[in-house]
Amino acid sequence: MSDTPLQNRATTEAGPLRRLWDNDLAYSFRRSKVTMLAGLITLIYVLAAIFAPWVAPHDPYDLAHTSVLDAFLPPAWLEGGDPRYLLGTDNVGRGVLSTIIYGSRISLGVGLAAVFISATLGVTLGLVSGYIGGRTDAVIMRIAEVQLSFPDILIALLIDGIIRSFLGPGVHEHIAFVVVITAISLAYWVQYARTVRSTTMVEKGKEYVQAARVAGKSPAYIMLRHLLPNVMGPVLVIATISLALAIITEATLSFLGVGVPPTQPSLGTLIRVGNDFLFSGEWWITMFPGAALAIMGLSVNLLGDWLRDALNPKLR
Amino acid sequence: MISLIFSRVLQSFVVMLGVAIIAFSLFTYVGDPISNLVGIQTSAEKRAQLRESLGLNDPVPVQFVHFIDRVLHLEFGISYQQKRKVSTIIAERLPATLELSFVSALLALFIGIPMGVYTALHRESWLSHIMLSASLVGVSLPTFLIGILLIFVFAVNLHWLPSFGRGQVVQIGFWSTGLLTASGLKALIMPAITLALFQMTLIMRLVRAEMLEVLRSDYIKFARARGLSDRMVNFGYALMNTLVPVITITGLQLGSIIAFAIITETVFQWPGLGLMFVQAINEVDIPVMSTYLMLIALFFVIINLVVDLLYYLVDPRLRVKGGR
Repeated sequence: MSDTPLQNRATTEAGPLRRLWDNDLAYSFRRSKVTMLAGLITLIYVLAAIFAPWVAPHDPYDLAHTSVLDAFLPPAWLEGGDPRYLLGTDNVGRGVLSTIIYGSRISLGVGLAAVFISATLGVTLGLVSGYIGGRTDAVIMRIAEVQLSFPDILIALLIDGIIRSFLGPGVHEHIAFVVVITAISLAYWVQYARTVRSTTMVEKGKEYVQAARVAGKSPAYIMLRHLLPNVMGPVLVIATISLALAIITEATLSFLGVGVPPTQPSLGTLIRVGNDFLFSGEWWITMFPGAALAIMGLSVNLLGDWLRDALNPKLR
Repeated sequence: MISLIFSRVLQSFVVMLGVAIIAFSLFTYVGDPISNLVGIQTSAEKRAQLRESLGLNDPVPVQFVHFIDRVLHLEFGISYQQKRKVSTIIAERLPATLELSFVSALLALFIGIPMGVYTALHRESWLSHIMLSASLVGVSLPTFLIGILLIFVFAVNLHWLPSFGRGQVVQIGFWSTGLLTASGLKALIMPAITLALFQMTLIMRLVRAEMLEVLRSDYIKFARARGLSDRMVNFGYALMNTLVPVITITGLQLGSIIAFAIITETVFQWPGLGLMFVQAINEVDIPVMSTYLMLIALFFVIINLVVDLLYYLVDPRLRVKGGR
């Protein structure tokens, strides 16, 4: 970088937004049309999820405004459709578009929560494993190894089933959320732990860590202040990729009937409920949430792939 | 080498012990095993008697040993819901899952490998591009959505195929097979495709990558220089050398097929072990649940153990590295 005063002024004048637009990450984003489309769609989902009460045409869970008389209305463009309900209505007269918007909110929320918890758990165990080493490391890595030999979705389903059984029949609604999030988090911590562990093992031999140790800092302080910032790059990449996985896992669990409760349906629950009406011809109740889930999963997946390639091609 | 095998076997053993402990605690701490066995009218004395005779008053470690003993004798208790022996239920349901998984694995291999070969040999053709993009979408779509989509098209709209169940089955000894009747085969088509799709795309991409790698190597160039026909070079030399990793990965994926069968079986109401497990979770049928848990853990542990040991036998480099 040549620091002539003129150039310096140019960048400051351009402002932070301009610099953000010009950096490598944004460049690779702008270069790929597919990624831009995926980013746009993801943004729409996120905004719709955050502002669901204002975006959705109806509040599907407000009993005062849903009527069974409106049940099973086909999409607006078909014969018998009602212009008030663009994508038709379900078995109790809720607008499918509104339930999808509220459902995306829950799907995204559960996915984000699960990713956050599994990342926290995985990073913590990875840091401890890599920094302390010895027997702690051996135990953590053996568990990770065993877990890796099972498919993630099976682990999530087994953990979900075990927790549910211990809680007894009729799991309470808000507990059901906790159960699903816990099950998914416990299924996806391994990749973080392994990546963070290997980075930590490299970093802990470097001078700055030794200096901190000589200065008498505690292991916890060194891990949090010095090692954590250096392992965050790959962690972000894994988090984006596993967001798509977490969303799909949640949908699968809910579809199997062991996910979030039907009173606060996610996209997976909507598909499960709508599936019962597939044969009587009311295909829109299950097909539209299905399409919404597929598009959401695909977009987040593509974003994750792009981030991985742009930030850290080694993870491929 | 010996110590390595020993440590791998030990690890598998520890895993199974852990799973057994979970299964045992489900039995012991979830609900009251007695009230699940008897009716409401049973007197308190009768209950206490039963409790004593079943050994439920023993110390927990003793109960655990008895539990392991029963499991080793294939006694898994009686289903709370169906009031039948769990071992009988499993024996009934096992053929359905194994047939579905087996047919799916075959489908995945016999469609995935040719697709991989084609996309490797004709890299720029439009068909290859279509296959590759389709596989990308196939990987990101959840299994159950693909199943529902198939049902919607082929069962609801076209009425070509049945959407649930196994069709007519024939009993051969203890094994019930749907492979011998027309309705059984028809019922198998959609579940098998749904289950095979993910593995198929995986195998296709693997074969493609391996083929491209091999086709660049010197012995292929030499084979061409010798004037061997394209068919001989492509299939006799290149494909044969890509098959070793393909077979290994397929072996490892066998576990995934059984696991994903849970989802496929639920979509198509296929009366196999996976559907049984999902129903058991929903009904909190502990004996069925914990038995499935131990069964699937055992299955995975054995697959991984066998694959690992085969690696050590086949690849001498691992033996040197591991023999420290």
